[in-house]
Amino acid sequence: MQIKNQMRLEFLSVPENEGFARVAVSAFAVQLDPTLDILADIKTAVSEAVTNAIVHGYGERKGLVAITALMREDGLLEIAVSDQGRGIADIDQAMQPFFTTQPDKERSGMGFSVMQTFMDKIQVESILGAGTTVRMEKRLKEK
Amino acid sequence: MEWIKQRDRAEVYLEGELDHCSAQSIRRELDRVLEDQSIRHLILDMGKMSFMDSSGIGVILGRYRILAARGGTVAVRNMNAHVERIFILSGMHQIIRIL
Ligand SMILES: Nc1ncnc2c1ncn2[C@@H]1O[C@H](COP(=O)(O)OP(=O)(O)OP(=O)(O)O)[C@@H](O)[C@H]1O
Ligand SMILES: [Mg+2]
Repeated sequence: MQIKNQMRLEFLSVPENEGFARVAVSAFAVQLDPTLDILADIKTAVSEAVTNAIVHGYGERKGLVAITALMREDGLLEIAVSDQGRGIADIDQAMQPFFTTQPDKERSGMGFSVMQTFMDKIQVESILGAGTTVRMEKRLKEK
Repeated sequence: MEWIKQRDRAEVYLEGELDHCSAQSIRRELDRVLEDQSIRHLILDMGKMSFMDSSGIGVILGRYRILAARGGTVAVRNMNAHVERIFILSGMHQIIRIL
């Protein structure tokens, strides 16, 4: 598959970077001239994945969150959000709607469901104690 | 954050982005409004809100619990289509009225 463009972004796991990350990815995606609805979907999904890396992956400690995005000639955008935090013990359980390990912090357990609904594809890889990568795909343009 | 009180009802005008980063201060401001125990109904106007993700669901559900414990309600108004999708996805529309 022909690659049209590619980027990599790395930032510290502080909440201020949630807005930065979703705006940066959206500015990258805009090159393929997607609709505003599609851009809003991408912003929301990126916000969910980055927030998870910050609050669950790293929690009280700080580390780096990395985002890579790859734009294919055929109009598909691939995004990966990675942390080197604590990892997820049971990915299937974590992805269930309403499942959260932080109910005390008013988390609703809907982050993965939002990513699933707003993106065309999502795949989660995680190793306990080593980190998590969330890979997502979104078609920006019809072939 | 602007808000008005009418009898037992508070109308709050949310602005900007509601994500994990802004959630803490928005939660604090809403809870300050709700310190007035005579308020039983909260209306959140989202007309000037440009972004919300699942952190917003947590904030709204948390305020719903506070008001439900007083026998009150929460309603939302002027949601854009995107926020409404998150709302319906999470089933919030079953307990929080969309005006
Ligand atoms: N990057 C990550 N590292 C470690 N654990 C994670 C990570 N992302 C998600 N999880 C785990 O998966 C659970 C579900 O995540 P999800 O985003 O669906 O809900 P939440 O973050 O708990 O709540 P919400 O997103 O609605 O605020 C989290 O509670 C957490 O236990
Ligand atoms: Mg989440």
